[in-house]
Amino acid sequence: MDGPDPILGPGQTLSSVTEKISSIVLGRGNTTPGWIFGAFISFCLLMLLNTVITLLAIKGVGIWGINIPVAWGFAITNFVWWIGIGHAGTLISAFLLLLHQKWRTSINRFAEAMTIFAVMCAGMFPLLHMGRPWLFYYLMPYPNPMWLWPQFRSPLVWDVFAVSTYFTVSLLFWFVGLIPDLATLRDRATGKIKKIIYGIFSMGWRGSATHWARYEFASILLAGLATPLVVSVHTVVSFDFTIAIVPGWHSTIFPPYFVAGAIYSGFAMVLTLAIPLRKYYHLQNMVTDRHIDIMAKVMLATGIIVAYSYVMEMFMAFYSANPFERAQFVERMTGQYAVVFWTLITFNLVIPQLLWWQKVRRHQMTVFLISLIVNIGMWLERFVIIVVSLHHEYEPSKWYMFFPTRWDWATFAGTIGMFFLLFYLFIRFLPMISIVEMRTLVHETSETGSHAGLYPVPPEA
Amino acid sequence: MAHQWGMVIDLDRCTGCEACVVACHAENNIATVGEKEAARSRANHWIRVERYYEGDFPDVKVKFMPVLCQQCDAAPCEPVCPTFASYHTEEGLNGQVYNRCIGTRYCANACPYNVRFFNFYNPKWDKPLNLQLNPDVSVREVGVMEKCTFCVQRIKAAETNARAEKRDVRDGEIQPACVQSCPTNAMVFGDLSDPNSRASRMAASSRGGKLLEELGARPKITYLQRDTWNGDENA
Repeated sequence: MDGPDPILGPGQTLSSVTEKISSIVLGRGNTTPGWIFGAFISFCLLMLLNTVITLLAIKGVGIWGINIPVAWGFAITNFVWWIGIGHAGTLISAFLLLLHQKWRTSINRFAEAMTIFAVMCAGMFPLLHMGRPWLFYYLMPYPNPMWLWPQFRSPLVWDVFAVSTYFTVSLLFWFVGLIPDLATLRDRATGKIKKIIYGIFSMGWRGSATHWARYEFASILLAGLATPLVVSVHTVVSFDFTIAIVPGWHSTIFPPYFVAGAIYSGFAMVLTLAIPLRKYYHLQNMVTDRHIDIMAKVMLATGIIVAYSYVMEMFMAFYSANPFERAQFVERMTGQYAVVFWTLITFNLVIPQLLWWQKVRRHQMTVFLISLIVNIGMWLERFVIIVVSLHHEYEPSKWYMFFPTRWDWATFAGTIGMFFLLFYLFIRFLPMISIVEMRTLVHETSETGSHAGLYPVPPEA
Repeated sequence: MAHQWGMVIDLDRCTGCEACVVACHAENNIATVGEKEAARSRANHWIRVERYYEGDFPDVKVKFMPVLCQQCDAAPCEPVCPTFASYHTEEGLNGQVYNRCIGTRYCANACPYNVRFFNFYNPKWDKPLNLQLNPDVSVREVGVMEKCTFCVQRIKAAETNARAEKRDVRDGEIQPACVQSCPTNAMVFGDLSDPNSRASRMAASSRGGKLLEELGARPKITYLQRDTWNGDENA
């Protein structure tokens, strides 16, 4: 066992783990008022999103605040933000699996779910922001009488492949991991309908040695496929900006900078979700203080990379002696959006430095607040990159500000509603912690250390 | 060899009267968006006249510069379009295929001259203005990008006529609406692949320069201006 602080609380046995996790899904009376309230609010926001989409289809993207210098506004900001959030899930579930990081076990399932829901939210924006979204299939290479393919030099086409691959691999990986757990739920479910539904999705899992061998193989294979995506997807997203010659976009630092930012915001979101979850469902024995501590450290580390990128970006703008780049950064710092810029610097660079202290990392409420602040800060970062760069391009006659309308906010709030509604349904109907992997962890920790894992430990131990 | 259409604009002759802007609107069925939308920077002017003020009050000089699509040879707007709606024609124009456009607006972001415009809502013409629509130019619907075409409908018509008469297009035969309406003859349109065309000869002038040339987009419009391209305004 590494460190004085275990990644598994004391007194966990194979059956207690199974019982604890599956009872959240199967137990009666688990549809608590708190759950209903949260799910209801999220549902209302989702309905708001429906309203916006209807209005977009009827009137057009003119309902948003975008205009001609600022042709991309909240939609693309939200796209980049959501897809960045997804990255932490893949990092935890795939990257850390390949690196044999045992601490990922209890958080990987819901982090992966977070990835899938975040990518769903992200994927909607490029579609919604189109002038004519009903023609979205022009982006795909499909056979047609004009022999016309998409423009493969356009980063937007790369995006189509990057995001759809990411979503497919994440979904498969998540589902394959769920199969043994779904079978456990099938076997433990009392209601007939539950048995049938979990039965269908467990795909005939009986737990034979062959099943396990294939399961292990498929998991490793999918982890291997998903790992490069942690790096590649946000790299491609950053190309959306670097390829255009807009001052503030046209920079080679973007790919690593975006990937670090993605993991930064992703871990912030995992913490935002994990801290209330473990408290509400009493999972402190599985998602321990040590988990929160490690995730806070990852956030701190990626936050420093992001800070370095900010500084480098500004330094290069100065050092390149390119008057347009310089003007862009002066505008960012002192211009009409300066408040946004300095808020972003405070939120992303200054406040997270508190995480250097272990006391802070062990104080759940503080970590939760910092994670929220980083989420907001990272959203502002994308806003600054997209909107502030566009509003101050080359031609002074076309410098114009972007003012979000209520529909801009409604679209954003709507996707937050969709994300949380999906998450509420997930924690109610699927095991939010992997039963199989937790049982493996119980088994392994009992072999290497005390027998605390396999057998109930007397209180004095 | 195909024609390479280009333009020369003599800034020393431009009075900033904006006749070109009006002519362009009339010729190309460009909808007006109304006061409110225009205040949100959504007005579509395929050509605009930029004003620059020099000196301090009361000793102020005003300079005008008509800015339209520069029809760049290495256009930043073209490779970013995912559907080939924005593409390069054989005659060197930056074509915009309205039917193919899905409205990602990436071209508008990529264009350093900000001369691409978007239909945020469906355009409408109050009666009886609908009767003055030019039948040679398609009307664009909501969600579609549009931009200066160098009046491609006039170019095509002249080329068709010339082909029927088994001859080449004569220099000066084609006039985009802005060129035609310019009262001071500040704008000249022509074939840059023909070294003897008036546009080619004027483009070679020592007063000539390109807008934001250092970005490398290779714009096809040459601006003529006395001495200020090298920053020496008093010479």
